[in-house]
Amino acid sequence: MNELTRMPASEQARLLADREVSARELTAAHLDRIAAVDEQVHAFLHVNERALEVAESIDARRAAGEAVGELAGVPVAIKDVLCTSDMPTTAASRILEGWVPPYDATVVSRLREAGLVPLGKTNMDEFAMGSSTEHSAYGPTRNPWDLERIPGGSGGGSSAAVAAFEAAIALGSDTGGSIRQPAAVTGTVGMKPTYGGVSRYGAIALASSLDQVGPVSRTVLDSAMLHDIIGGHDPRDSTSLTDQWPSFTEAARAGARAEAFKGLRVGVVKQLSGGEGFQAGVTQRFEAALTAMSDAGAEIVEVDAPNFEYAIAAYYLILPAEASSNLAKFDSVRFGLRVTPEGGGTVEDVMSATRAAGFGDEVKRRVILGTYALSAGYYDAYYGSAQKVRTLIQRDFDAAFRQADVLVSPSAPTTAFKLGERVDDPLAMYLNDLTTIPANLAGVPGIALPIGLAPEDGLPVGIQFMAPQRADARLYEVGAALESLLEQAWGHTLISQAPDLSLGEMLAATEGAV
Amino acid sequence: MSESSTADITAEQVAHLAHLARIDLTPEELQRLTGELAQIVHAVEKVTEVATSDIPATSHPVALHNVFRPDVVGATLSTEAALAGAPEHDGSRFKVSAILGEEQ
Repeated sequence: MNELTRMPASEQARLLADREVSARELTAAHLDRIAAVDEQVHAFLHVNERALEVAESIDARRAAGEAVGELAGVPVAIKDVLCTSDMPTTAASRILEGWVPPYDATVVSRLREAGLVPLGKTNMDEFAMGSSTEHSAYGPTRNPWDLERIPGGSGGGSSAAVAAFEAAIALGSDTGGSIRQPAAVTGTVGMKPTYGGVSRYGAIALASSLDQVGPVSRTVLDSAMLHDIIGGHDPRDSTSLTDQWPSFTEAARAGARAEAFKGLRVGVVKQLSGGEGFQAGVTQRFEAALTAMSDAGAEIVEVDAPNFEYAIAAYYLILPAEASSNLAKFDSVRFGLRVTPEGGGTVEDVMSATRAAGFGDEVKRRVILGTYALSAGYYDAYYGSAQKVRTLIQRDFDAAFRQADVLVSPSAPTTAFKLGERVDDPLAMYLNDLTTIPANLAGVPGIALPIGLAPEDGLPVGIQFMAPQRADARLYEVGAALESLLEQAWGHTLISQAPDLSLGEMLAATEGAV
Repeated sequence: MSESSTADITAEQVAHLAHLARIDLTPEELQRLTGELAQIVHAVEKVTEVATSDIPATSHPVALHNVFRPDVVGATLSTEAALAGAPEHDGSRFKVSAILGEEQ
């Protein structure tokens, strides 16, 4: 494997700035890596044919002495839920197969303005409904640590792309954990910003009051740098916050340098940190991380959030309700698939046949569940109650943040499970997001980063930090601090332990030749 | 799945919901979804345990009020761009089959 692809984006950026490497070389190295391993991993639904051309234009701008952004020339992968005017955008659904949007999502425009090189579109669960990418209409993504296992979801394509060194950084979206849970099971980093911190314009909506776009990477600093580029107010998104945000890059750098844990109150959320459904190795690694923070001067306190117990139930009412409304736009009229029933029919017949053919099982299940939850006679009992639970969860967060500066939990209750293991059991699948959902319901930011391998299966385990709304910078500081603490203790990064997939392929090719 | 919960949702109800959601279901899908929905609804009913009348509902995680922009024409899609992804159009409008069926 080319050493360039193993570097974090921050290192790649330094080489580009020092003219030790060109954007073209760097992009070519990533395209080669994709060509070598993506047949096995299937992180990408589409690879950008114009990536080298874009890279060359950045090189030309740099050569002309133009001032370019810090990450200019660095390749980036983009989750297929985000609109790109030069690449198909399908949200991994048949109903949008081949659709090229007439505009870019704001986050994509900002990447382009900053000179990043879009490498392609990453796989996901259809319309971001799932925790394993097995609900992609185009086949699952595989976990680079073990190709028989899931890479998490819905953003399994982005997490697998960075874990397999196909890209150093990627964009994801997180409605109930779709950035953080994939990060956990692939030994990578992912951040769900404060709701409204990053524009949703051009992100195909799943549940509008929960969705948030965010960065995916192998290091905390890289996520911070990407967040600085995509974040900030966007007048095209009416829920976008007008705040002036501090530099997340500075926060991450400060965390890696300073003794961030001295006197920091770290709140362990009782309801999210053990008990039924938590794998022993996850709990063990989580406790070891707490000990490391405590030894570094943190004060570990247990906080009680009794209403978190109702979070999954509230989430699986609010999400389907909002999704059933958002997905009504896929009506066979303005874009995407059209299926005409035999013998023709009215526009409604065409619509029903199109949605039958274009939506997968999980999408049908959630749209119909949402339609039920919003029906007259059930609305108050289900949707109304779920919205009240949301208030209770926000109050629990408020109380918890009076006792602690950051909250922690494992980022997922288990390590990566096997493909096929839970796909036929919707409720078991929904439990994967047990620890990540509360943050979405309350709009608070959460970051997931690796804390080691579970002894029983040798697979990555992640920790999640949560902070109050708007305190995203605190997560980069604390996240970078723990990352550097653990890497000093290990003597290496966790991701350096991931199998080198191209080596396996070379051996297979050699065997084939003999 | 418990027997008691499956009684809560009937195949007729699911067929009606599928019609409202404009999704044709095969008989197999209808049967499977009826069982699955009953199981899921049973699990999510838990929210009613704590949602008492004195608790206000939260619809949005970060409260914002009256987000306005100046009332001036901004950049919009051209007709051509707006129609580019349509399954069928006549150059200026989206084309669909009959709006009304015979019974209407």
